[in-house]
Amino acid sequence: MPDASFVFAQSLSGLTAAMFLFLIASGLSLIFGVLRVLNFAHGTFYMLGAYLAYQFMLWLGPGPGLFWIAALGAALGIALLGGVVERVLFRHLYGKEELYQLLFTYALGLILSDAAKIVWGTQQKSVSRPPELTGSFMLFGTTIPQYNLFIIVLGPSIALAFWFVLQRTRAGRFIRAAALDRETLGALGVNVSALYTGVFMLASFLGGLGGALISPMRATTPGMDTEVIVEAFVVVVIGGLGFSIFAVFALMAAVLIIRPWGLLGRPLR
Amino acid sequence: MSARGLAGALVFVAALLVPVLGSRFYTFLANDVIIWALFATSLNLLVGYTGLVSFGHAAYFGVGAYVTGILMKKLAVPFFLAWPAAGIFGAACALVFGFFCVRLTRIYFAMLTLAFAQIVWAICFKWNELTGGEQGMPEIPYPDFGWLERAGASVPLLSWRTAEYFYFLTVVLVAASLWALHRIVSSPFGRMLTTIRENAERAEFIGVNVRRYELAAFVLAGAFAGLAGGLFGIFNRGVFPDFAYWTKSSEVLIMTLLGGMGTFLGPSIGALVLILLNQQIVSYTQYWPLVLGTVLVVLLFGFPGGIAGAVGVLSGRLFRRARRA
Repeated sequence: MPDASFVFAQSLSGLTAAMFLFLIASGLSLIFGVLRVLNFAHGTFYMLGAYLAYQFMLWLGPGPGLFWIAALGAALGIALLGGVVERVLFRHLYGKEELYQLLFTYALGLILSDAAKIVWGTQQKSVSRPPELTGSFMLFGTTIPQYNLFIIVLGPSIALAFWFVLQRTRAGRFIRAAALDRETLGALGVNVSALYTGVFMLASFLGGLGGALISPMRATTPGMDTEVIVEAFVVVVIGGLGFSIFAVFALMAAVLIIRPWGLLGRPLR
Repeated sequence: MSARGLAGALVFVAALLVPVLGSRFYTFLANDVIIWALFATSLNLLVGYTGLVSFGHAAYFGVGAYVTGILMKKLAVPFFLAWPAAGIFGAACALVFGFFCVRLTRIYFAMLTLAFAQIVWAICFKWNELTGGEQGMPEIPYPDFGWLERAGASVPLLSWRTAEYFYFLTVVLVAASLWALHRIVSSPFGRMLTTIRENAERAEFIGVNVRRYELAAFVLAGAFAGLAGGLFGIFNRGVFPDFAYWTKSSEVLIMTLLGGMGTFLGPSIGALVLILLNQQIVSYTQYWPLVLGTVLVVLLFGFPGGIAGAVGVLSGRLFRRARRA
Protein backbone atom coordinates (compact mmCIF):
# COMPACT_ATOMS: atom_id res chain seq x y z
CA MET A 1 0.00 0.00 0.00
CA PRO A 2 1.62 3.24 -1.10
CA ASP A 3 1.40 5.99 1.48
CA ALA A 4 -1.28 8.63 1.24
CA SER A 5 0.91 11.61 0.47
CA PHE A 6 2.38 9.78 -2.51
CA VAL A 7 -1.05 8.99 -3.86
CA PHE A 8 -2.02 12.62 -3.33
CA ALA A 9 1.02 13.88 -5.20
CA GLN A 10 0.39 11.44 -8.03
CA SER A 11 -3.23 12.40 -8.38
CA LEU A 12 -2.29 16.08 -8.46
CA SER A 13 0.21 15.54 -11.23
CA GLY A 14 -2.36 13.46 -13.06
CA LEU A 15 -4.85 16.26 -12.67
CA THR A 16 -2.39 18.80 -14.06
CA ALA A 17 -1.77 16.64 -17.10
CA ALA A 18 -5.51 16.18 -17.47
CA MET A 19 -5.99 19.95 -17.62
CA PHE A 20 -3.62 20.21 -20.56
CA LEU A 21 -5.37 17.37 -22.30
CA PHE A 22 -8.62 19.15 -21.67
CA LEU A 23 -7.33 22.33 -23.32
CA ILE A 24 -6.21 20.43 -26.38
CA ALA A 25 -9.21 18.15 -26.54
CA SER A 26 -11.69 21.00 -26.21
CA GLY A 27 -10.29 22.65 -29.34
CA LEU A 28 -10.29 19.35 -31.15
CA SER A 29 -13.83 18.61 -30.13
CA LEU A 30 -14.96 22.10 -31.16
CA ILE A 31 -13.64 21.56 -34.68
CA PHE A 32 -15.07 18.07 -34.78
CA GLY A 33 -18.45 19.15 -33.51
CA VAL A 34 -18.90 22.10 -35.84
CA LEU A 35 -16.79 21.35 -38.90
CA ARG A 36 -17.16 17.55 -38.71
CA VAL A 37 -13.45 17.07 -39.26
CA LEU A 38 -10.86 15.22 -37.25
CA ASN A 39 -8.03 17.70 -37.14
CA PHE A 40 -4.78 15.77 -37.03
CA ALA A 41 -2.89 19.05 -37.25
CA HIS A 42 -4.25 20.10 -33.88
CA GLY A 43 -1.39 18.36 -32.09
CA THR A 44 1.02 20.31 -34.25
CA PHE A 45 -0.72 23.55 -33.34
CA TYR A 46 -0.16 22.63 -29.72
CA MET A 47 3.52 21.95 -30.35
CA LEU A 48 3.90 25.19 -32.31
CA GLY A 49 2.29 27.04 -29.39
CA ALA A 50 5.06 25.75 -27.16
CA TYR A 51 7.75 26.73 -29.66
CA LEU A 52 6.27 30.18 -30.15
CA ALA A 53 6.16 30.74 -26.39
CA TYR A 54 9.82 29.76 -26.24
CA GLN A 55 10.64 32.13 -29.07
CA PHE A 56 8.77 35.05 -27.52
CA MET A 57 10.47 34.44 -24.20
CA LEU A 58 13.80 34.50 -25.99
CA TRP A 59 12.96 37.89 -27.45
CA LEU A 60 11.38 39.34 -24.33
CA GLY A 61 13.95 38.01 -21.90
CA PRO A 62 13.21 37.14 -18.30
CA GLY A 63 11.10 39.49 -16.30
CA PRO A 64 7.92 39.66 -14.28
CA GLY A 65 4.75 39.28 -16.28
CA LEU A 66 6.53 38.63 -19.54
CA PHE A 67 5.70 34.92 -19.63
CA TRP A 68 2.01 35.70 -19.77
CA ILE A 69 2.52 38.03 -22.69
CA ALA A 70 4.55 35.35 -24.45
CA ALA A 71 1.93 32.67 -23.80
CA LEU A 72 -0.91 34.86 -24.97
CA GLY A 73 1.09 35.96 -27.99
CA ALA A 74 1.83 32.35 -28.88
CA ALA A 75 -1.83 31.37 -28.60
CA LEU A 76 -2.87 34.35 -30.73
CA GLY A 77 -0.20 33.49 -33.28
CA ILE A 78 -1.54 29.95 -33.55
CA ALA A 79 -5.09 31.28 -33.83
CA LEU A 80 -3.96 33.45 -36.72
CA LEU A 81 -2.23 30.49 -38.35
CA GLY A 82 -5.39 28.43 -37.95
CA GLY A 83 -7.48 31.18 -39.51
CA VAL A 84 -5.18 31.48 -42.52
CA VAL A 85 -5.12 27.71 -43.05
CA GLU A 86 -8.90 27.53 -42.86
CA ARG A 87 -9.43 30.45 -45.24
CA VAL A 88 -6.86 29.54 -47.83
CA LEU A 89 -6.92 25.74 -47.95
CA PHE A 90 -9.25 23.93 -45.66
CA ARG A 91 -12.50 25.40 -46.86
CA HIS A 92 -12.07 23.87 -50.28
CA LEU A 93 -12.46 20.43 -48.75
CA TYR A 94 -15.76 20.89 -46.94
CA GLY A 95 -17.90 19.24 -49.60
CA LYS A 96 -15.45 16.40 -50.19
CA GLU A 97 -15.13 12.99 -48.59
CA GLU A 98 -13.89 12.65 -45.02
CA LEU A 99 -10.82 10.85 -46.22
CA TYR A 100 -9.57 13.93 -48.05
CA GLN A 101 -10.19 16.17 -45.06
CA LEU A 102 -8.52 13.69 -42.74
CA LEU A 103 -5.46 13.34 -44.93
CA PHE A 104 -5.26 17.08 -45.48
CA THR A 105 -5.04 17.76 -41.77
CA TYR A 106 -2.45 14.99 -41.53
CA ALA A 107 -0.41 16.54 -44.34
CA LEU A 108 -0.67 19.92 -42.68
CA GLY A 109 0.66 18.40 -39.49
CA LEU A 110 3.61 16.87 -41.34
CA ILE A 111 4.47 20.13 -43.07
CA LEU A 112 4.16 22.31 -40.00
CA SER A 113 6.07 19.99 -37.69
CA ASP A 114 8.92 19.75 -40.18
CA ALA A 115 8.87 23.51 -40.55
CA ALA A 116 9.21 23.72 -36.77
CA LYS A 117 12.19 21.39 -37.03
CA ILE A 118 13.78 23.66 -39.63
CA VAL A 119 13.27 26.77 -37.50
CA TRP A 120 13.99 25.44 -34.02
CA GLY A 121 16.09 22.34 -34.67
CA THR A 122 15.70 18.99 -32.97
CA GLN A 123 17.13 19.97 -29.59
CA GLN A 124 14.89 20.28 -26.59
CA LYS A 125 13.74 23.78 -25.76
CA SER A 126 12.70 24.75 -22.30
CA VAL A 127 11.09 27.82 -20.88
CA SER A 128 11.63 28.83 -17.28
CA ARG A 129 8.61 29.21 -15.05
CA PRO A 130 7.12 32.66 -14.69
CA PRO A 131 8.75 34.38 -11.69
CA GLU A 132 5.35 34.94 -10.08
CA LEU A 133 4.80 31.21 -9.77
CA THR A 134 8.21 29.69 -9.14
CA GLY A 135 7.48 28.89 -5.53
CA SER A 136 5.87 25.85 -4.07
CA PHE A 137 4.13 24.92 -0.88
CA MET A 138 3.51 21.89 1.24
CA LEU A 139 0.19 20.14 1.42
CA PHE A 140 -0.42 16.75 3.04
CA GLY A 141 3.30 16.18 3.20
CA THR A 142 3.99 16.77 -0.48
CA THR A 143 5.49 19.71 -2.30
CA ILE A 144 3.22 21.25 -4.88
CA PRO A 145 4.66 23.76 -7.32
CA GLN A 146 2.54 26.87 -7.56
CA TYR A 147 2.52 26.60 -11.32
CA ASN A 148 0.79 23.19 -11.19
CA LEU A 149 -1.85 24.61 -8.91
CA PHE A 150 -2.34 27.51 -11.30
CA ILE A 151 -2.94 25.03 -14.13
CA ILE A 152 -5.38 23.04 -12.04
CA VAL A 153 -7.34 26.21 -11.35
CA LEU A 154 -7.04 27.48 -14.89
CA GLY A 155 -8.47 24.33 -16.50
CA PRO A 156 -11.92 24.54 -14.91
CA SER A 157 -11.96 28.32 -15.41
CA ILE A 158 -11.47 27.88 -19.11
CA ALA A 159 -14.07 25.14 -19.14
CA LEU A 160 -16.49 27.50 -17.40
CA ALA A 161 -15.73 30.35 -19.80
CA PHE A 162 -16.16 27.93 -22.68
CA TRP A 163 -19.49 26.79 -21.35
CA PHE A 164 -20.61 30.36 -20.83
CA VAL A 165 -19.71 31.41 -24.36
CA LEU A 166 -21.41 28.40 -25.90
CA GLN A 167 -24.56 28.45 -23.82
CA ARG A 168 -25.16 32.08 -23.01
CA THR A 169 -23.89 34.22 -25.87
CA ARG A 170 -25.17 34.86 -29.35
CA ALA A 171 -21.99 33.57 -30.97
CA GLY A 172 -22.25 30.43 -28.88
CA ARG A 173 -25.80 29.87 -30.08
CA PHE A 174 -24.63 30.14 -33.66
CA ILE A 175 -21.83 27.68 -33.03
CA ARG A 176 -24.24 25.18 -31.52
CA ALA A 177 -26.64 25.71 -34.38
CA ALA A 178 -23.88 25.17 -36.93
CA ALA A 179 -23.05 21.87 -35.26
CA LEU A 180 -26.64 20.75 -35.69
CA ASP A 181 -27.49 22.02 -39.15
CA ARG A 182 -25.19 24.29 -41.04
CA GLU A 183 -27.45 24.71 -44.06
CA THR A 184 -30.45 25.91 -42.14
CA LEU A 185 -28.25 28.30 -40.22
CA GLY A 186 -26.95 29.70 -43.48
CA ALA A 187 -30.48 30.00 -44.83
CA LEU A 188 -31.38 32.05 -41.77
CA GLY A 189 -28.86 34.64 -42.82
CA VAL A 190 -25.90 33.77 -40.62
CA ASN A 191 -22.52 34.02 -42.28
CA VAL A 192 -21.56 30.37 -41.77
CA SER A 193 -18.30 30.69 -43.64
CA ALA A 194 -17.06 33.41 -41.27
CA LEU A 195 -18.36 31.39 -38.35
CA TYR A 196 -16.28 28.40 -39.45
CA THR A 197 -13.16 30.53 -39.65
CA GLY A 198 -13.92 31.85 -36.19
CA VAL A 199 -14.42 28.37 -34.78
CA PHE A 200 -11.21 27.15 -36.35
CA MET A 201 -9.34 30.12 -34.90
CA LEU A 202 -10.82 29.64 -31.45
CA ALA A 203 -9.91 25.95 -31.49
CA SER A 204 -6.39 26.73 -32.67
CA PHE A 205 -6.11 29.35 -29.93
CA LEU A 206 -6.93 26.72 -27.31
CA GLY A 207 -4.42 24.29 -28.78
CA GLY A 208 -1.73 26.94 -28.94
CA LEU A 209 -2.48 28.07 -25.40
CA GLY A 210 -2.13 24.49 -24.17
CA GLY A 211 1.29 24.25 -25.80
CA ALA A 212 2.43 27.62 -24.49
CA LEU A 213 1.37 26.83 -20.95
CA ILE A 214 2.98 23.41 -20.90
CA SER A 215 6.33 24.75 -22.07
CA PRO A 216 7.57 25.64 -18.54
CA MET A 217 6.70 22.14 -17.33
CA ARG A 218 7.87 19.86 -20.07
CA ALA A 219 10.66 20.33 -22.58
CA THR A 220 9.43 21.19 -26.05
CA THR A 221 10.60 18.58 -28.55
CA PRO A 222 9.71 17.51 -32.06
CA GLY A 223 7.33 14.57 -31.88
CA MET A 224 5.28 15.89 -29.01
CA ASP A 225 2.49 16.50 -31.51
CA THR A 226 1.95 12.89 -32.60
CA GLU A 227 1.90 11.74 -29.00
CA VAL A 228 -0.66 14.19 -27.77
CA ILE A 229 -3.10 14.03 -30.64
CA VAL A 230 -4.19 10.45 -30.10
CA GLU A 231 -4.59 10.98 -26.36
CA ALA A 232 -6.74 13.99 -27.17
CA PHE A 233 -8.82 11.90 -29.58
CA VAL A 234 -9.49 9.46 -26.80
CA VAL A 235 -10.72 12.29 -24.64
CA VAL A 236 -12.92 13.65 -27.41
CA VAL A 237 -14.43 10.23 -28.03
CA ILE A 238 -15.07 9.44 -24.41
CA GLY A 239 -16.19 12.97 -23.57
CA GLY A 240 -18.98 12.77 -26.10
CA LEU A 241 -18.83 14.28 -29.51
CA GLY A 242 -20.03 17.71 -28.68
CA PHE A 243 -18.88 20.21 -26.21
CA SER A 244 -20.05 20.03 -22.70
CA ILE A 245 -18.80 20.38 -19.20
CA PHE A 246 -19.00 16.60 -19.07
CA ALA A 247 -15.82 16.46 -21.10
CA VAL A 248 -13.94 17.42 -17.96
CA PHE A 249 -15.42 14.60 -15.94
CA ALA A 250 -15.13 12.09 -18.72
CA LEU A 251 -11.56 13.20 -19.05
CA MET A 252 -10.83 12.38 -15.45
CA ALA A 253 -12.57 9.05 -15.86
CA ALA A 254 -10.50 8.39 -18.95
CA VAL A 255 -7.29 9.23 -17.16
CA LEU A 256 -8.35 7.01 -14.29
CA ILE A 257 -9.27 4.12 -16.54
CA ILE A 258 -6.32 4.28 -18.87
CA ARG A 259 -3.53 5.57 -16.68
CA PRO A 260 -4.57 5.57 -13.05
CA TRP A 261 -1.06 6.54 -12.07
CA GLY A 262 -1.34 9.80 -13.98
CA LEU A 263 -0.18 10.70 -17.42
CA LEU A 264 3.28 11.79 -16.39
CA GLY A 265 3.85 9.05 -13.84
CA ARG A 266 5.08 5.50 -14.01
CA PRO A 267 3.04 2.47 -13.03
CA LEU A 268 3.53 1.14 -9.53
CA ARG A 269 4.95 -2.32 -9.37
CA MET B 1 -4.58 -14.98 -71.60
CA SER B 2 -6.11 -11.55 -71.30
CA ALA B 3 -4.09 -8.37 -71.63
CA ARG B 4 -4.37 -7.76 -67.90
CA GLY B 5 -3.21 -11.26 -67.08
CA LEU B 6 -0.30 -10.83 -69.46
CA ALA B 7 0.67 -7.54 -67.83
CA GLY B 8 0.49 -9.18 -64.43
CA ALA B 9 2.68 -12.04 -65.56
CA LEU B 10 5.19 -9.58 -67.00
CA VAL B 11 5.38 -7.65 -63.73
CA PHE B 12 5.82 -10.93 -61.88
CA VAL B 13 8.71 -12.01 -64.12
CA ALA B 14 10.27 -8.55 -63.92
CA ALA B 15 10.08 -8.71 -60.13
CA LEU B 16 11.80 -12.10 -60.16
CA LEU B 17 14.57 -10.69 -62.31
CA VAL B 18 15.48 -7.86 -59.92
CA PRO B 19 18.17 -9.82 -58.02
CA VAL B 20 19.57 -11.13 -61.32
CA LEU B 21 19.93 -7.75 -62.98
CA GLY B 22 20.10 -5.33 -60.08
CA SER B 23 22.25 -4.97 -57.01
CA ARG B 24 21.53 -6.14 -53.49
CA PHE B 25 20.25 -2.68 -52.72
CA TYR B 26 17.63 -2.85 -55.44
CA THR B 27 16.53 -6.26 -54.22
CA PHE B 28 16.09 -4.76 -50.78
CA LEU B 29 14.03 -1.87 -52.15
CA ALA B 30 11.94 -4.17 -54.33
CA ASN B 31 11.22 -6.40 -51.35
CA ASP B 32 10.04 -3.39 -49.38
CA VAL B 33 7.82 -2.22 -52.24
CA ILE B 34 6.26 -5.63 -52.78
CA ILE B 35 5.27 -6.12 -49.16
CA TRP B 36 3.85 -2.61 -48.90
CA ALA B 37 1.98 -3.20 -52.15
CA LEU B 38 0.15 -6.12 -50.55
CA PHE B 39 -0.54 -4.08 -47.42
CA ALA B 40 -1.90 -1.14 -49.42
CA THR B 41 -3.98 -3.39 -51.69
CA SER B 42 -5.57 -4.99 -48.65
CA LEU B 43 -6.51 -1.54 -47.38
CA ASN B 44 -7.91 -0.68 -50.80
CA LEU B 45 -10.43 -3.49 -50.41
CA LEU B 46 -11.91 -1.39 -47.61
CA VAL B 47 -11.27 2.20 -48.66
CA GLY B 48 -11.47 1.89 -52.41
CA TYR B 49 -13.94 -0.92 -52.98
CA THR B 50 -16.24 -0.84 -49.96
CA GLY B 51 -15.96 2.85 -49.15
CA LEU B 52 -14.94 2.31 -45.54
CA VAL B 53 -12.18 4.69 -44.48
CA SER B 54 -10.09 2.73 -42.02
CA PHE B 55 -7.58 4.79 -40.14
CA GLY B 56 -6.28 1.85 -38.17
CA HIS B 57 -5.21 -0.69 -40.74
CA ALA B 58 -1.74 -0.90 -39.22
CA ALA B 59 -3.28 -2.88 -36.34
CA TYR B 60 -3.64 -6.01 -38.46
CA PHE B 61 -0.26 -5.48 -40.09
CA GLY B 62 1.27 -5.27 -36.62
CA VAL B 63 -0.61 -8.31 -35.36
CA GLY B 64 0.56 -10.33 -38.35
CA ALA B 65 4.15 -9.23 -37.86
CA TYR B 66 4.11 -10.13 -34.17
CA VAL B 67 2.41 -13.48 -34.73
CA THR B 68 4.90 -14.62 -37.34
CA GLY B 69 7.78 -13.13 -35.38
CA ILE B 70 6.86 -14.76 -32.08
CA LEU B 71 6.10 -18.11 -33.67
CA MET B 72 9.34 -18.22 -35.62
CA LYS B 73 11.68 -16.72 -33.06
CA LYS B 74 10.37 -17.97 -29.74
CA LEU B 75 8.66 -21.21 -30.72
CA ALA B 76 10.77 -22.11 -33.76
CA VAL B 77 7.67 -22.80 -35.83
CA PRO B 78 8.52 -23.23 -39.52
CA PHE B 79 7.61 -20.40 -41.88
CA PHE B 80 4.99 -22.32 -43.83
CA LEU B 81 2.91 -22.51 -40.64
CA ALA B 82 3.90 -19.20 -39.05
CA TRP B 83 3.03 -17.12 -42.11
CA PRO B 84 -0.56 -18.33 -42.58
CA ALA B 85 -0.99 -17.88 -38.83
CA ALA B 86 -0.35 -14.15 -39.38
CA GLY B 87 -3.28 -14.05 -41.76
CA ILE B 88 -5.50 -16.02 -39.41
CA PHE B 89 -4.71 -13.81 -36.42
CA GLY B 90 -5.08 -10.68 -38.54
CA ALA B 91 -8.50 -11.91 -39.64
CA ALA B 92 -9.52 -12.87 -36.09
CA CYS B 93 -8.53 -9.45 -34.79
CA ALA B 94 -10.36 -7.77 -37.65
CA LEU B 95 -13.43 -9.88 -36.89
CA VAL B 96 -13.55 -8.71 -33.27
CA PHE B 97 -12.80 -5.05 -34.00
CA GLY B 98 -14.81 -5.00 -37.22
CA PHE B 99 -17.87 -6.28 -35.39
CA PHE B 100 -18.00 -2.96 -33.56
CA CYS B 101 -16.62 -0.76 -36.34
CA VAL B 102 -19.15 -1.63 -39.06
CA ARG B 103 -21.91 -0.47 -36.73
CA LEU B 104 -20.60 3.06 -37.16
CA THR B 105 -20.46 5.08 -40.33
CA ARG B 106 -18.08 7.47 -42.02
CA ILE B 107 -15.96 9.57 -39.69
CA TYR B 108 -17.02 7.59 -36.62
CA PHE B 109 -15.92 4.42 -38.34
CA ALA B 110 -12.51 5.98 -38.99
CA MET B 111 -12.20 7.06 -35.37
CA LEU B 112 -13.09 3.67 -33.96
CA THR B 113 -10.64 1.86 -36.23
CA LEU B 114 -8.00 4.34 -35.07
CA ALA B 115 -8.89 3.70 -31.44
CA PHE B 116 -8.65 -0.07 -31.84
CA ALA B 117 -5.33 0.24 -33.63
CA GLN B 118 -4.01 2.31 -30.75
CA ILE B 119 -5.13 -0.40 -28.35
CA VAL B 120 -3.15 -2.96 -30.35
CA TRP B 121 -0.17 -0.63 -30.33
CA ALA B 122 -0.45 -0.12 -26.57
CA ILE B 123 -0.56 -3.88 -25.99
CA CYS B 124 2.51 -4.42 -28.17
CA PHE B 125 4.22 -1.56 -26.37
CA LYS B 126 3.49 -2.73 -22.84
CA TRP B 127 3.45 -6.52 -22.91
CA ASN B 128 7.16 -7.01 -22.33
CA GLU B 129 7.07 -10.77 -21.83
CA LEU B 130 5.40 -11.54 -25.12
CA THR B 131 6.28 -8.73 -27.50
CA GLY B 132 9.49 -7.35 -26.07
CA GLY B 133 7.70 -4.11 -25.25
CA GLU B 134 9.23 -0.84 -26.33
CA GLN B 135 12.40 -2.52 -27.55
CA GLY B 136 10.48 -4.74 -29.93
CA MET B 137 11.71 -8.10 -31.05
CA PRO B 138 14.93 -8.03 -33.07
CA GLU B 139 16.52 -10.91 -34.95
CA ILE B 140 13.52 -12.64 -36.41
CA PRO B 141 15.00 -15.62 -38.27
CA TYR B 142 14.64 -16.06 -42.01
CA PRO B 143 12.64 -19.03 -43.18
CA ASP B 144 14.79 -22.16 -43.55
CA PHE B 145 16.06 -22.34 -47.12
CA GLY B 146 18.53 -25.11 -46.24
CA TRP B 147 17.85 -27.54 -49.06
CA LEU B 148 17.44 -24.74 -51.61
CA GLU B 149 20.74 -23.20 -50.60
CA ARG B 150 22.50 -26.54 -50.74
CA ALA B 151 20.98 -27.26 -54.14
CA GLY B 152 21.76 -23.75 -55.37
CA ALA B 153 25.36 -23.84 -54.17
CA SER B 154 26.18 -26.60 -56.65
CA VAL B 155 24.79 -24.62 -59.61
CA PRO B 156 27.03 -21.63 -60.41
CA LEU B 157 24.37 -19.07 -61.44
CA LEU B 158 21.82 -19.97 -58.79
CA SER B 159 23.70 -19.43 -55.56
CA TRP B 160 21.94 -16.65 -53.74
CA ARG B 161 22.13 -15.27 -50.25
CA THR B 162 19.32 -15.99 -47.80
CA ALA B 163 17.94 -12.47 -48.23
CA GLU B 164 17.55 -13.10 -51.94
CA TYR B 165 15.85 -16.43 -51.42
CA PHE B 166 13.48 -14.63 -49.12
CA TYR B 167 12.90 -12.05 -51.83
CA PHE B 168 11.90 -14.75 -54.32
CA LEU B 169 9.62 -16.27 -51.74
CA THR B 170 8.03 -12.87 -51.09
CA VAL B 171 7.43 -12.28 -54.78
CA VAL B 172 5.68 -15.63 -55.15
CA LEU B 173 3.59 -15.29 -51.99
CA VAL B 174 2.58 -11.68 -52.65
CA ALA B 175 1.72 -12.53 -56.25
CA ALA B 176 -0.51 -15.35 -55.01
CA SER B 177 -2.13 -13.04 -52.44
CA LEU B 178 -2.72 -10.30 -55.01
CA TRP B 179 -4.21 -12.83 -57.37
CA ALA B 180 -6.56 -13.96 -54.61
CA LEU B 181 -7.48 -10.34 -53.86
CA HIS B 182 -8.14 -9.74 -57.52
CA ARG B 183 -10.42 -12.76 -57.64
CA ILE B 184 -12.23 -11.38 -54.60
CA VAL B 185 -12.87 -7.92 -56.02
CA SER B 186 -14.02 -9.24 -59.38
CA SER B 187 -16.30 -11.87 -57.85
CA PRO B 188 -20.02 -11.21 -57.27
CA PHE B 189 -19.07 -10.60 -53.66
CA GLY B 190 -16.61 -7.90 -54.72
CA ARG B 191 -19.19 -6.29 -57.00
CA MET B 192 -21.58 -6.17 -54.09
CA LEU B 193 -18.95 -4.32 -52.06
CA THR B 194 -18.75 -1.71 -54.81
CA THR B 195 -22.53 -1.45 -54.79
CA ILE B 196 -22.39 -0.78 -51.07
CA ARG B 197 -19.78 1.91 -51.61
CA GLU B 198 -21.90 3.60 -54.24
CA ASN B 199 -25.16 3.42 -52.37
CA ALA B 200 -25.47 1.46 -49.17
CA GLU B 201 -29.13 2.32 -48.77
CA ARG B 202 -30.05 0.94 -52.16
CA ALA B 203 -28.05 -2.20 -51.47
CA GLU B 204 -30.08 -2.60 -48.32
CA PHE B 205 -33.28 -2.24 -50.35
CA ILE B 206 -32.44 -5.09 -52.67
CA GLY B 207 -32.02 -7.34 -49.66
CA VAL B 208 -28.29 -7.22 -49.02
CA ASN B 209 -27.12 -7.47 -45.45
CA VAL B 210 -24.80 -4.47 -45.72
CA ARG B 211 -23.18 -4.85 -42.32
CA ARG B 212 -22.34 -8.46 -42.90
CA TYR B 213 -20.75 -7.67 -46.26
CA GLU B 214 -18.78 -4.83 -44.70
CA LEU B 215 -17.63 -7.08 -41.91
CA ALA B 216 -16.56 -9.72 -44.42
CA ALA B 217 -14.56 -7.11 -46.32
CA PHE B 218 -13.04 -5.91 -43.06
CA VAL B 219 -11.98 -9.43 -42.08
CA LEU B 220 -10.50 -10.15 -45.51
CA ALA B 221 -8.60 -6.87 -45.47
CA GLY B 222 -7.33 -7.71 -41.98
CA ALA B 223 -6.21 -11.15 -43.11
CA PHE B 224 -4.17 -9.83 -46.04
CA ALA B 225 -2.74 -7.01 -43.94
CA GLY B 226 -1.69 -9.68 -41.43
CA LEU B 227 0.01 -11.66 -44.18
CA ALA B 228 1.85 -8.52 -45.33
CA GLY B 229 2.90 -7.85 -41.74
CA GLY B 230 4.18 -11.41 -41.34
CA LEU B 231 6.45 -10.96 -44.34
CA PHE B 232 7.51 -7.48 -43.26
CA GLY B 233 8.68 -8.58 -39.82
CA ILE B 234 11.05 -11.10 -41.39
CA PHE B 235 12.15 -8.66 -44.08
CA ASN B 236 12.80 -5.97 -41.48
CA ARG B 237 14.75 -8.45 -39.31
CA GLY B 238 12.65 -7.41 -36.36
CA VAL B 239 9.18 -6.48 -35.18
CA PHE B 240 8.54 -3.23 -33.33
CA PRO B 241 5.49 -1.64 -31.72
CA ASP B 242 5.41 1.22 -34.19
CA PHE B 243 4.26 -1.30 -36.85
CA ALA B 244 0.83 -0.79 -35.31
CA TYR B 245 1.16 2.94 -34.57
CA TRP B 246 -1.31 5.31 -36.17
CA THR B 247 1.34 6.95 -38.33
CA LYS B 248 1.78 3.59 -40.13
CA SER B 249 -1.96 3.54 -40.81
CA SER B 250 -1.76 6.95 -42.38
CA GLU B 251 1.31 5.97 -44.41
CA VAL B 252 -0.51 3.08 -46.04
CA LEU B 253 -3.56 5.27 -46.59
CA ILE B 254 -1.37 7.80 -48.39
CA MET B 255 0.04 5.06 -50.62
CA THR B 256 -3.45 3.93 -51.50
CA LEU B 257 -4.56 7.45 -52.27
CA LEU B 258 -1.41 8.29 -54.18
CA GLY B 259 -1.76 5.29 -56.47
CA GLY B 260 -5.49 5.66 -56.85
CA MET B 261 -8.26 4.26 -54.72
CA GLY B 262 -10.67 1.77 -56.20
CA THR B 263 -8.33 0.72 -58.96
CA PHE B 264 -6.76 -2.65 -58.36
CA LEU B 265 -3.18 -1.75 -59.21
CA GLY B 266 -3.32 1.78 -57.81
CA PRO B 267 -2.10 0.97 -54.29
CA SER B 268 0.82 -1.05 -55.63
CA ILE B 269 1.84 1.86 -57.84
CA GLY B 270 1.46 4.12 -54.84
CA ALA B 271 3.72 1.88 -52.76
CA LEU B 272 6.32 1.83 -55.53
CA VAL B 273 6.28 5.59 -56.07
CA LEU B 274 6.26 6.52 -52.41
CA ILE B 275 9.11 4.19 -51.43
CA LEU B 276 11.27 5.22 -54.39
CA LEU B 277 10.50 8.88 -53.71
CA ASN B 278 11.37 8.44 -50.05
CA GLN B 279 14.64 6.76 -50.94
CA GLN B 280 15.53 9.59 -53.34
CA ILE B 281 14.48 12.44 -51.08
CA VAL B 282 16.18 11.08 -47.99
CA SER B 283 19.53 11.21 -49.77
CA TYR B 284 19.05 14.96 -50.30
CA THR B 285 17.31 16.17 -47.20
CA GLN B 286 16.20 15.00 -43.79
CA TYR B 287 12.86 16.75 -44.22
CA TRP B 288 10.99 13.84 -45.78
CA PRO B 289 7.73 14.56 -43.90
CA LEU B 290 7.72 18.06 -45.35
CA VAL B 291 7.99 16.65 -48.87
CA LEU B 292 5.41 13.97 -48.15
CA GLY B 293 2.99 16.53 -46.75
CA THR B 294 3.43 18.77 -49.77
CA VAL B 295 2.93 15.87 -52.18
CA LEU B 296 -0.20 14.95 -50.27
CA VAL B 297 -1.63 18.47 -50.39
CA VAL B 298 -1.00 18.72 -54.14
CA LEU B 299 -2.60 15.31 -54.56
CA LEU B 300 -5.67 16.18 -52.52
CA PHE B 301 -6.31 19.44 -54.29
CA GLY B 302 -5.09 18.58 -57.76
CA PHE B 303 -5.40 14.85 -58.37
CA PRO B 304 -7.89 13.28 -56.00
CA GLY B 305 -7.94 10.16 -58.19
CA GLY B 306 -4.25 9.50 -57.56
CA ILE B 307 -1.77 8.40 -60.19
CA ALA B 308 -4.02 5.73 -61.64
CA GLY B 309 -6.89 8.22 -61.79
CA ALA B 310 -4.76 10.87 -63.49
CA VAL B 311 -3.46 8.36 -66.03
CA GLY B 312 -7.00 7.19 -66.65
CA VAL B 313 -8.27 10.73 -67.27
CA LEU B 314 -5.29 11.55 -69.47
CA SER B 315 -5.54 8.40 -71.57
CA GLY B 316 -9.30 8.89 -71.86
CA ARG B 317 -8.72 12.39 -73.20
CA LEU B 318 -6.09 11.19 -75.66
CA PHE B 319 -8.33 8.37 -76.78
CA ARG B 320 -11.22 10.73 -77.42
CA ARG B 321 -8.99 13.13 -79.30
CA ALA B 322 -7.67 10.27 -81.43
CA ARG B 323 -11.19 9.20 -82.26
CA ARG B 324 -12.25 12.69 -83.19
CA ALA B 325 -9.30 13.13 -85.54
